[in-house]
Amino acid sequence: MKGLLSFKHGVHPPENKDITAGIASRRFPFPGEIVLPLSQHIGVPAKALVKPGDRVERGDVIAEAAGFVSSAVHASAAGTVKAIELWPHPNGSMVPSIRITVDPNSTQMRRPRIVPRWEDVKAEDLSKEIGRAGIVGLGGAAFPSHVKLTPPKDQPIDILLMNGCECEPYLTSDHRTMLEQPEKVYEGIRIALKALGITRAVIGIEANKPDAIEIMQKLAPDDLDITIQPLQVKYPQGAEKMLIKAVTGREVPSGALPSAIGALVQNVATAANVATAFETGQPLIERIITITGRGIRKPGNWVIPFGTKLRDVIEHCGGLTDDASEIVFGGPMMGQGQANLDVPILKATGGILVLSKDECKQQDIMPCIRCGKCLEACPVFLNPQLMGALAKAERYEELESEAHLKDCMLCGCCSFVCPSNIPLSQLFAMSRTQIRRLSTS
Amino acid sequence: MNVKITASPHVRSADSTIKIMWSVVWSLVPVMAASIYFFGPSAILVLLASSAGCLLTERLFGSRPGSLADGSAIITGLLLGLTLPPGFPLWMAFLGGGFGMAFGKIIYGGLGQNIFNPALVGRAFLQAAFPVAITTWPAKTQNWWALQGDNFALPFMSPVVDTATSATPLGNMKFGDDPVITPVLDLFLGTTGGSLGETSALLILIGGLYLAWRGHLNWHIPLSIFVSTFVVSGLFFALGISQFPPLFMLFSGGMMLGAFYMATDMVTSPITNKGCWLFGIGIGFLVVVIRIWGGLPEGVMYAILLMNALVPFINRATQPRLFGTSSKKKKEDGS
Repeated sequence: MKGLLSFKHGVHPPENKDITAGIASRRFPFPGEIVLPLSQHIGVPAKALVKPGDRVERGDVIAEAAGFVSSAVHASAAGTVKAIELWPHPNGSMVPSIRITVDPNSTQMRRPRIVPRWEDVKAEDLSKEIGRAGIVGLGGAAFPSHVKLTPPKDQPIDILLMNGCECEPYLTSDHRTMLEQPEKVYEGIRIALKALGITRAVIGIEANKPDAIEIMQKLAPDDLDITIQPLQVKYPQGAEKMLIKAVTGREVPSGALPSAIGALVQNVATAANVATAFETGQPLIERIITITGRGIRKPGNWVIPFGTKLRDVIEHCGGLTDDASEIVFGGPMMGQGQANLDVPILKATGGILVLSKDECKQQDIMPCIRCGKCLEACPVFLNPQLMGALAKAERYEELESEAHLKDCMLCGCCSFVCPSNIPLSQLFAMSRTQIRRLSTS
Repeated sequence: MNVKITASPHVRSADSTIKIMWSVVWSLVPVMAASIYFFGPSAILVLLASSAGCLLTERLFGSRPGSLADGSAIITGLLLGLTLPPGFPLWMAFLGGGFGMAFGKIIYGGLGQNIFNPALVGRAFLQAAFPVAITTWPAKTQNWWALQGDNFALPFMSPVVDTATSATPLGNMKFGDDPVITPVLDLFLGTTGGSLGETSALLILIGGLYLAWRGHLNWHIPLSIFVSTFVVSGLFFALGISQFPPLFMLFSGGMMLGAFYMATDMVTSPITNKGCWLFGIGIGFLVVVIRIWGGLPEGVMYAILLMNALVPFINRATQPRLFGTSSKKKKEDGS
């Protein structure tokens, strides 16, 4: 474990990936209704192209990108548009969403969608085609992929980093993607390399996935400059900045994007879906999602159409156990707690985690004893102890100018290690919201 | 169905402040056992009295409900007791515990808010108020059951010392007519005179290493204190300025207890590892200076208290370098 590459600091939460790592993904049945929010990505919400009563087939575009940093939305099942209205979103707010009553008699075949062979597309037009397929980063942030693959002209990319770390505990969807669709991952890498006009790629995989490392090594094409790089198992190894640091030794400058040092990071599942879009014409309408935790009766990996409601997923996975305590979209370190069973699965939902009482014991908050464990955990070398004190005192100006709140990734390492259970990352997230509110009012 | 909603992260490490505090208490058990073995019932009485002073004060004036259970008050009591001579009058030990707790911790706002180590504040108070009692080390008696001095002296009455007094290794070196260097092995094993917890360097070392292994003690602090003490005293010794050999400096007096248990108090030590090195180096230097030139035979207490006062400045000066900035640029930003 010592010789593997990594970054400084970070934490080692219990991995708990064995619950689902060995379970092959299966196709999830189509639910009775799907709900597709117009905002499933970072950027401007998409603009609806359908109206209530319209018949849509699976794969049809139902909302278009409303700007450069925006993403199209496609119907993930055939049926009839029931309404376009505000609907609970996994982020806790109400968001305009397209509700589609799924046609139970449909064969769910997609309409033929004409897509050029990627080999025939000019490099600068590839990202346009990727945007047309509604592809966003599937690692969690859901940044539109076509924007990422069009870096600023003055910041040339020289290395593509493929993110196969999956450092969030419990989640195994990227792991299953590499095991089940390695050819697609490589096809996606070829497309991304062509779009960027470079030849070098490194696939970073945490050492707890030896089977994925092996299969990616076995299938590595000879004509490309690709390295498979096993990495130390440490959270947040899969954060962009940490992955770049581990593999290249470069630090993304504070406040800048990875392109500033010539690196671009893409998730392996994103690459696989780019390949699918060119191979079969299928836009981004479904993905492998891990349903896990000790609070769900039948954990597993499923290919689930976007828009499927949490309620349907839980029901199909055997329901909640008696001691189920928390439902989270995403992993336990950065995922969002869910309050409503009607929230739909989104493009960026890599996992649904149902924690049992034993897995998420709540402990009393004690006073800070200045032990310094948070400083030793912070992967971007902040001083969470000072930041926490400033946030509590609502000294927002100092929090930004002296304590560098903007550089915090909200990765949760400080909260995880704090022996006094001070909700540090929550304080930082709230401070950011408060600062935004103060600056706009 | 009863599902709760919390902010991420949804899982937490198993470590807790209460566990840290109690592991410190448990790690002191061998040291306390040794002092009872060496000094008999007097050791038990002094430890009980100082702890009672701390616990009662925390119970009466502590602001947080249930703060007794967090273990921090008992640590202060035990540590204070371990710095006292075995024959120390119990009412003084009790008073010292109460003073240390009230004016070393509660007055600042309780756990996590204080600047100075509360046990050392208590001891500094006792040193100022009862300079004779705190430096009286009776000669060891053969009978284990015999008290080591006038433990039951009444408040405000001069304690009666009817046994012969003996000097501690440090006192011997400094004020003895014929300076004798106690062999380092005796110091290490603890078969010498001194305060309750000053005697066995070995057991303190074991307790300290256990805490460091559990991650409940920042090992940078004791290490830097030892390195600094060794280097500074070695330098003075080599130059012929001081008569204390460096190893004697390390294993005598309150050095071990101070380095592993007093200086490492998380609340009153720096928060960065770099800061801990500065802190430890400062303590080592001050200990040597006080021991050689000060009016007291021992300097660990004042060295730590002085460096405690500097912790906020050390913290400010040793902020970590933000990821993605060079250390030079950070300074420009900070100005």
